Amino acid sequence: MSITEIIFWGLSVLALFCAIMVVASKSPVHSILYLIGVFFAISGHYILMNAQFLAIVNIIVYAGAIMVLFLFVVMLMNLNADAEPKKNRYLQFAGLISGGCLFLVLVAAVTRSADAGRVMQLGTGESGLIKNLGRILFNEYVIPFEISSVLFLSAMIGAVVIGKKN
Amino acid sequence: MLLALDWLLILEKLVLIVIVVMASLLIAMYTTFAERKVAAVLQDRRGPNRAGPFGILQPVADGLKLFFKEEIIPNFSSKFLFIMGPSLAMLTAIMTGAVVPWGDKVHLFGRDIALQIADVNVGILYVFAVVSMGVYGIMIGGWASNNKYSLMGGLRAASQIISYELPMGISLIALLMVTGTLSLKEMVIQQQGGMWNIVYQPLGFLIFLICAFAECNRTPFDLPEAENELIGGYHTEYSSMKLGFYLFSEYINMFVSSVIMSTMFFGGYDVLPFVDESQWGLSDNIMALIGIAALMIKVFCFIFLFMWVRWTIPRFRYDQLMRLGWRVLIPLALANMLVTGAIVLLKQNNWHF
Repeated sequence: MSITEIIFWGLSVLALFCAIMVVASKSPVHSILYLIGVFFAISGHYILMNAQFLAIVNIIVYAGAIMVLFLFVVMLMNLNADAEPKKNRYLQFAGLISGGCLFLVLVAAVTRSADAGRVMQLGTGESGLIKNLGRILFNEYVIPFEISSVLFLSAMIGAVVIGKKN
Repeated sequence: MLLALDWLLILEKLVLIVIVVMASLLIAMYTTFAERKVAAVLQDRRGPNRAGPFGILQPVADGLKLFFKEEIIPNFSSKFLFIMGPSLAMLTAIMTGAVVPWGDKVHLFGRDIALQIADVNVGILYVFAVVSMGVYGIMIGGWASNNKYSLMGGLRAASQIISYELPMGISLIALLMVTGTLSLKEMVIQQQGGMWNIVYQPLGFLIFLICAFAECNRTPFDLPEAENELIGGYHTEYSSMKLGFYLFSEYINMFVSSVIMSTMFFGGYDVLPFVDESQWGLSDNIMALIGIAALMIKVFCFIFLFMWVRWTIPRFRYDQLMRLGWRVLIPLALANMLVTGAIVLLKQNNWHF
């Protein structure tokens, strides 16, 4: 095992553990903190794949901005573990079965796909570096990039309109 | 092969990390002392002068006092999160120093040692990410205290920091258009050759400075701890060294943001603009020392500016704070970005439309 493999396994275990705890923990505030942990672990994976820009932007946007807003809302609503309504036992059982089915389908789809045998190439590939990423985005993929920015703009305007109503 | 690493490199970086952390702590410690002295001068008083000659041991006495205070954890709070709050605030305050180029390089034991812990090529984005994480320490601490004043303080801090991150980011985009790099080291090297970035981006610097004040929770933006409305704000329930961590992280933030501003806009460890220092014929080690001294002088000027403003300008009201952030700074930063972009494009086109 090389040092990158050790880091890879450590990050994977961390990401999976935090992801499970997001669902399992009773308090919403703890769930959010575990979700931030997941984002950090995934950013670590991005860095292993030499995609430094993606890693940092993942932290700035998701962990730094969106999760702060989540935490904000949860704190204002003052959701506590005991305030959560007790769910029907049959409903929980049905949820478990349907979630398991989805998991099965996903695993089957991934293992049968053409890329199943491919292993992540660690520390190679230059397209994640900011210079190359900018070139690719603004040359090859400029139309999808512009369309997605228009989408964001319309979402922003929509948020302002909804906010103005009240 | 397991652990086939350059052990000397790791040792070198480890020593550098220890020095940077210790230096930031020491400087933050004496910044608290300087703050009291500056406040005293501005208010025509003497300031602390009992502990040691000129009161020089005052920070040590303050630290000892905080250590010996009783540690109180409120009954109905989440204990883990209550302790995590100040630790996170301290951690994020110290982490920024990792990408700052403190000097050029020194030549020791037959090795060239770069005076920078990590020269990552997204350096400035790393700083931004760490700053945006800094709000968690305050929010979590405020929430875990289980006190409505603390919660109010935490929420104010969060909304303030999110609001002022936007103009800060946009003013940085304009700077990045001019420099064309995200690495702080390369920014300094560019400024060594030509003019400092303040000449190209005066408005960007002004916006960045105001936002830095807001991100550090310094007066006039210290609403999260406005004591006449919120008792102590987010640290109302804190005592002993946990309170000390919160207060101390503010001073470290101040130091680090001064370093970042000096590096990005005032040439970092570059001694004088328009002067090619490599022609002075001094050895690398002496040049590095002069460079560090130049950086520190710039940093201390900024820290003095922080204090000067704090003891001169009263606190904003909350609506004024939000209006300044969203209605003044963001449009100004956007205009700055557009004008800069247009000029950069024109220059690439050799000044032809």
